[in-house]
Amino acid sequence: MPEQKENTLYTVTVYTENQVGILNQISIIFTRRNLNIWSLSVSSSAIEGVHKFTIACRTDHKTIEAVVRQIEKRIDVLKAFYYTDNEIIYQEVALYKVQTDTILESPDFEELVRRNNAQILEINRTYTVLQKTGHCDETRRLYDELAPYGVLQFVRSGRVAITKSTVERVSRFIEHQQKRAEKVKMLADDQMA
Amino acid sequence: MAEQQKIGQSMPGSEILIRSLMAEGVDTIFGYPGGAIMPVYDTLYDFQQQLRHILVRHEQGAVHAAQGYARVSGRPGVVFVTSGPGATNAITGIADAMMDSTPLVVISGQVGASLLGFDAFQETDVLGMTLPITKWSYQIRRPEDVAWAVARAFFIARTGRPGPVVLDFAKNAQIGLADFNYKPVNFIRSYVPTPDLSDEKIREAAAILNSAQRPMVVYGQGVILSHAEKELAGFLEKTGTPAATTLLGLSALDSSNPHYKGMVGMHGNIGPNIKTNECDVLLAVGMRFDDRVTGVVSTYARQARIIHIDIDRAELGKIIPVEVGIEADAREALALLTQMVNPARHDEWEASFDKCNADENELVSRHEVAPGAGNIRMGEVVDAVSRIGKSEAVVVTDVGQNQMISARYSTFRHSRSLLTSGGLGTMGFGLPAAIGAKVADPSRNVCVFCGDGGLQMTVQELGTIMQEKLGVKVVLLNNNWLGNVRQWQQLFFGSRYSFTRLQNPDFQALAASYGISHTRVEKRDELDQAVTRMLANPEEPFLLEVHVEEQDNVFPMIPPGKGVTDIMLNASNWYEYEPLAKK
Repeated sequence: MPEQKENTLYTVTVYTENQVGILNQISIIFTRRNLNIWSLSVSSSAIEGVHKFTIACRTDHKTIEAVVRQIEKRIDVLKAFYYTDNEIIYQEVALYKVQTDTILESPDFEELVRRNNAQILEINRTYTVLQKTGHCDETRRLYDELAPYGVLQFVRSGRVAITKSTVERVSRFIEHQQKRAEKVKMLADDQMA
Repeated sequence: MAEQQKIGQSMPGSEILIRSLMAEGVDTIFGYPGGAIMPVYDTLYDFQQQLRHILVRHEQGAVHAAQGYARVSGRPGVVFVTSGPGATNAITGIADAMMDSTPLVVISGQVGASLLGFDAFQETDVLGMTLPITKWSYQIRRPEDVAWAVARAFFIARTGRPGPVVLDFAKNAQIGLADFNYKPVNFIRSYVPTPDLSDEKIREAAAILNSAQRPMVVYGQGVILSHAEKELAGFLEKTGTPAATTLLGLSALDSSNPHYKGMVGMHGNIGPNIKTNECDVLLAVGMRFDDRVTGVVSTYARQARIIHIDIDRAELGKIIPVEVGIEADAREALALLTQMVNPARHDEWEASFDKCNADENELVSRHEVAPGAGNIRMGEVVDAVSRIGKSEAVVVTDVGQNQMISARYSTFRHSRSLLTSGGLGTMGFGLPAAIGAKVADPSRNVCVFCGDGGLQMTVQELGTIMQEKLGVKVVLLNNNWLGNVRQWQQLFFGSRYSFTRLQNPDFQALAASYGISHTRVEKRDELDQAVTRMLANPEEPFLLEVHVEEQDNVFPMIPPGKGVTDIMLNASNWYEYEPLAKK
């Protein structure tokens, strides 16, 4: 493992065009530097046709800055940003599968569900599936509390994040680019004429 | 444009490719046919009047030739290769072009889209392999996408920080019919090739430069790529600033420019290397602080206020923290900066570079270029070509000692006159790159300096020279060693010469078998005459083999792990100097 002076969990958000191979293009930039992607989630964004990658990664400030710039350099990437936890509102979702008979026998289970603000998604004779949204430590805590009942399966999603900033920087970039497109088109038309 | 008349006509994807290339102004293609690219070659058969196709002997040669073509002409080099091994053989050249910002459009054949993923014959994941080493890679699976992909590829390859683009062309898309709908691309929403110049940043830079007592410029290939040679010279003249080049920036300034102080880096000149750590302001233009330039980063220019101009934002602050990072085209930035700075002179400071360089000449270069006695040295040969060729030739190098000696002792009068594999350091680059350079500019002499090791990595391209009758001048500096590795073994591995001795073929007989004029020089007094003979007719292919001192070393040298002021003059002595008093 490379020695790192500073070790912060950064959330990188990447806005891209919808092109095949984008995920690969982004992930190899982390691979090159031997950086472990802690979580990853991909979805559409508020802007039509624009995809959003949310990547969590532990590293130091200099590295994440260089990584984000190298990501942004890829042709099909519109913009890339990085944030620390206090700059974003973020969330994860976790699912838990436990044996129904063990929870039916437990007097504390209802209280456990209420206290953790968990939801029951499915219940049958064999198993019960719970869902909890929250930060990693919260979903982890529920896992620990369910452990005595026997957790058959557990899965946690990558984090999704929204910035606390009042400015939508991607939208601003796209507006700027639209103006640039008009300028380029005018220049091209002039040349044709 | 003739291609416009074809708009709307239905034709196979292979013809759409050829017509789109012609619409992009392509006149030359370097390539090698094979199964999955055969429909394209079949179409090419009908376009031999309009397009020159250079048949190489190995796909790596095609890519290096296209690089040579691009570096001399300033236009993207175009390559055709087949799928599978054709594409994988091209990989080295593509990676080289990525490191050295060379615009290329490489079209690789691919098995039909319906076979992708089934491990078909000669199928490889070209996209997956080339994504990390290209500016853009795209797989064309439908004939309808051909023209769009080609137009986009050229726009991406040549704009901004140039680089290689790969189009992986599935066979069904080559054969299938579509309407010819080529339209040039000049805008991509997610791509900003040339950032808007920030007046404010330039003002900040100008203020810092105006306050400088000991300013210094280090420039790289960005100056050549953005055609900023005149702007750079203008800036230096107005501000009386000494300037040094990186390996790839060589020839951007006339070697006789009074402000030009040589090359920085591991085997660079003493003046600019020492002064890097004495200047008060360092203006870096179109360069990327490669480790061969900086030596150990922790002692590099710590005293200086650093201004960095680069078109690639990812380079700003990547290696060296900068006070002002200017994301811009070098030409635009230098033009505006020159307007904003005050005229100045720094005669004493400039003279201090010359003093160090004079020391270097006395202690090292003089003995390399004019030793007078003993075996011929590499520097003598390079010097003879510059001297007799009056610095007019395009100098191409391979990689290793030949490269460093060529860079150190060649002189230049025109930009785009030094082609070398800088970032990747690809042995075998020289010969095919010289082929491309000659194709791009047949009127000039193109001289490639090779070692006996590097030449043999792509030696089969002598066949291309023969078939295409290309007047490439091959200068083989033969020492029967892998000289650069041998030098490192001598200096840093206790002279344990592990697998660096070469037993070589008779290069004269080899040249003769390709019908290439050739001569061998073993005595010093034969050298000038042989070089004169070689350069006499730019159209004549020629191989000049010079037997040089076998265990020669390249000095000065900043050894690995040392800083720019730790300079070895030979295997046991270091450069000693009186540091300038701090102001």
